[in-house]
Amino acid sequence: MTAINQSISGDTASLNTQQKIGAGIGATGLIILLLASFNVGFQPLWLWLTISLAAIAGGILWYTRATYVGHPEGIKNDGVYFRSLTSKGLYGYLAGVGLTGFYIILYFYPEYIGLVEGSSNEGIIQLFDPLSKSLNGNPASQWFVYGTLYTLAILFFGIKFIIKYRHSRYHIIRTASVMFFQLAFAFLIPEFMARLNGDGLNLPYYDLKNIWPLNYYNFDQYRVDKMINSGTIGMALLIFGIASIFIITPILTYFYGKRWYCSWVCGCGGLAETAGDSFRQLSDKSTRAWKIERWLIHSVVVFVTISTVAVVHSYLGTDTSKYWLTKSAFLWIVGGILTLIFAWVMLFKRHKFQKDALYGAVGFFVVIIAFMGIHGLSDTEHIFLVEKQTVRGGYGFLIGSIFSGVIGTGFYPILGNRVWCRFGCPMAAILGFQQKLLSRFRITTNGGQCISCGNCSTYCEMGIDVRAYAQKGQNIVRSSCVGCGVCSSVCPRGVLKLENGPSEGRVDDNPIIIGHDNQPRLQ
Amino acid sequence: MEHVVIIGNGISGVTAARYIRKMSDKRITIISAESKYFFSRTALMYIYMGHMSFEDTQPYEAHFWDKNNIDLVQDYVQKVNYDDKTLHLAETTPIHYDKLILAVGSKPNKFGWKGQDYHGVQGLYSKKDLDLMERNTRNAQEAIIVGGGLIGVEMAEMLLTRNINVTFLIREDRFWGGVLPLEDSLMVKRHLEKHNGLTLRLEEELEEIVADEEKRAKAVITKKGERIPCQFVGLTAGVSPNVDFLKGDQLEIERGILVNPDLSANIPDVYAIGDCAQFKQPNGQRKPIEQVWYTGRMMGETVAQTICGSPVEYKPGNWFNSAKFFDLEYQTYGWVWNELKEGEAEFIWKNDEKELLLHFIFDKESHEFKAINTFGIRMRHEVFDHWLNTNASIEEVIRNLKMANFDPEFYKHFEKEIIEAFNKQFDQNIKLAKNKWWKSLLPQ
Repeated sequence: MTAINQSISGDTASLNTQQKIGAGIGATGLIILLLASFNVGFQPLWLWLTISLAAIAGGILWYTRATYVGHPEGIKNDGVYFRSLTSKGLYGYLAGVGLTGFYIILYFYPEYIGLVEGSSNEGIIQLFDPLSKSLNGNPASQWFVYGTLYTLAILFFGIKFIIKYRHSRYHIIRTASVMFFQLAFAFLIPEFMARLNGDGLNLPYYDLKNIWPLNYYNFDQYRVDKMINSGTIGMALLIFGIASIFIITPILTYFYGKRWYCSWVCGCGGLAETAGDSFRQLSDKSTRAWKIERWLIHSVVVFVTISTVAVVHSYLGTDTSKYWLTKSAFLWIVGGILTLIFAWVMLFKRHKFQKDALYGAVGFFVVIIAFMGIHGLSDTEHIFLVEKQTVRGGYGFLIGSIFSGVIGTGFYPILGNRVWCRFGCPMAAILGFQQKLLSRFRITTNGGQCISCGNCSTYCEMGIDVRAYAQKGQNIVRSSCVGCGVCSSVCPRGVLKLENGPSEGRVDDNPIIIGHDNQPRLQ
Repeated sequence: MEHVVIIGNGISGVTAARYIRKMSDKRITIISAESKYFFSRTALMYIYMGHMSFEDTQPYEAHFWDKNNIDLVQDYVQKVNYDDKTLHLAETTPIHYDKLILAVGSKPNKFGWKGQDYHGVQGLYSKKDLDLMERNTRNAQEAIIVGGGLIGVEMAEMLLTRNINVTFLIREDRFWGGVLPLEDSLMVKRHLEKHNGLTLRLEEELEEIVADEEKRAKAVITKKGERIPCQFVGLTAGVSPNVDFLKGDQLEIERGILVNPDLSANIPDVYAIGDCAQFKQPNGQRKPIEQVWYTGRMMGETVAQTICGSPVEYKPGNWFNSAKFFDLEYQTYGWVWNELKEGEAEFIWKNDEKELLLHFIFDKESHEFKAINTFGIRMRHEVFDHWLNTNASIEEVIRNLKMANFDPEFYKHFEKEIIEAFNKQFDQNIKLAKNKWWKSLLPQ
């Protein structure tokens, strides 16, 4: 890598004047926010907030125009490996530290950006009060600030992405979709819902596209209570939340693969695809990383299952005459569902897994069932000797904050833009499980046309070694594939196509490369 | 244990090694001076353009070779002693072989131009060439490329990303005229000319390269007498087998190493594959020397079987190839010649604005489909291979074209327009077939 960085000639590595102006405008917007956190006293608030957000958005647009407009349509990866920011150079690490710091403050020290308990806001958060009040009637919180900046990033980096890939209708439509879902479902609808509250309605903050186990807190007592107590709308939300994971998700994943969620709807995916696009080449493609991925992500699924079951179990009653869903009934239902899935996999889908995956599955299953057995037998407030609330808090801290935020997004410039989605997201793991076993989706390889160049693997944000399949003429059916379609775009020989079709021939374990009559047939 | 030694770790040599390993437990050694690990030569351009790192171009991780028990030696082979089956290397001790596979690749052509060995003048084939190009173009503003083929276009694309202006000297009256029909060639030319900084000079040849006192190229003089200043000259007028170090009175070499249909050379236990092999009897319409990624791979697959005791002949299927000219993708299935052959008819559909072109070749009498060039629309290899194998008619192809389309989802489709144009031109009344899953076109 260093040899390459030393050997730069021409202007590929540095930004042109127009790009610098764009970057400068965007930076101005961020500097206003930074100054606000030191209580510079910008007044009037709405004016400075507008200036700041407009500068960030305008900077991104200016940069986009300077980079892509006026050039022929096509793949735009020139100089990616020469630029410090996108090739783990100094700027890359600085950006990583900056983003990570932002997340640490956001999650653990919001007082530094102006959150004041029981009093009016200061600093950055105060700056966002006018916008928050106009949307939901309340002053801003650190989460409102975060949500606004997050949405802004997806919208304007989304525009950048669309212009960069304007030759591809797949990317245009897909990106418009994540932009829409972020703006409407994650940002506006929950704010309006908050506004509707009162008058017998006390809805929790609910981003409808955020499905359990990604929103691991969805079935927490306070949320379920709020929904139950909010009449028909509340019950509808609760049912929708359960149906999302058990009915809607499997059906859509069956027809389209997990991409319908991960790269068309999800907010985490949305940020990765738009603001994170410049870092997709940094994902680790080694088989070692793949192995770590499999263990880590499935451990998170087990963790979230145990912690959610424990939380729900803790607030359910024991008296069947009051409500049919008692502690023990709940455990029997969950245990039953898990046993059915486990039995189905072991009986019918065993051959689709590698050995370590089977060992892992058996191990995890034993852990979960043992845990539920312990609970069924004794009404303890402990999970494996640890208090339930501690387990739940631990999940929120370790996975919800540290993994998905600090590492997942903060490390974009170091580990690539899908670290969370690949190694940590339990939703992605469940969707991936369905994608691997029960889906019509695959990436088809175009016969013998692959030249092993490796663009596909390089630009796979999930770290899939796409080339390893393509050069064998094998379809790509991988749990982790989010279907972003960039492998297909960067392929110079038209080798890859994302498509949905009959399951027959979807997985070809012993592929033949078309075009050679005497190709060796191996067993 | 039998020792198979392969000289050259490009796609041919590495494919041979991989398949020999899959089919046997023979001892395998690959010798290459170019790099320790196999990398994809076709991806060299992406390193220069900053799309990929050199490591990204290596299809297998370092542990792959250990795991598969394939020994890698990075060294130059200086001499082969066929009598006692020994290879003499520059730095390593001699290596004995039982079976020798020569997969030594090509080198850029130099046709004896005056000044062809000055500094700043080079071809592009190997990793070494790429490193040299990196140094040679560091302060360049103008470059000349001699020879309008695939490597020339790659080089032009590379240089433009470094803001170096490129003048392309092309001997023929059109781009890649030895391969592409006129319409196709014009489409590519139009696309190339959309890129700022690129100038095409057709029917123009290199006369000599002029250098400064330090023997660094500073201009070229063309056959028409024009002097064009430059700091870099790319020689991309094709490649030829890299066999100089093998020349002697034992191994039969013409332009390449002469081989039989099973890829064996005239000396027992010696085989040649890939760019450096020259078939004594060409296969069908194929050239005796095939310098294509895919054919290198197929020869590797073939020789592995012979060496592992089930001898087979090199038997490539239907011709196919692909390339990308800047942003314009090209695929071909079957033989589309630069001029129609006796008895052939053609149907061309194009959309200049969107830079799409389909060029169908079929038999004038029987209407049997013969070949297609496709620009800007991806096509399914499997389906076209099937149509070629089953002597499908041009009508069948046109009717089912939608199912052969391999463009990404949501891309605009043009099959209706294509069918209308075909019906109009040939006074037919074909209807677009109902869209089904593409595999239903293949034998079940």
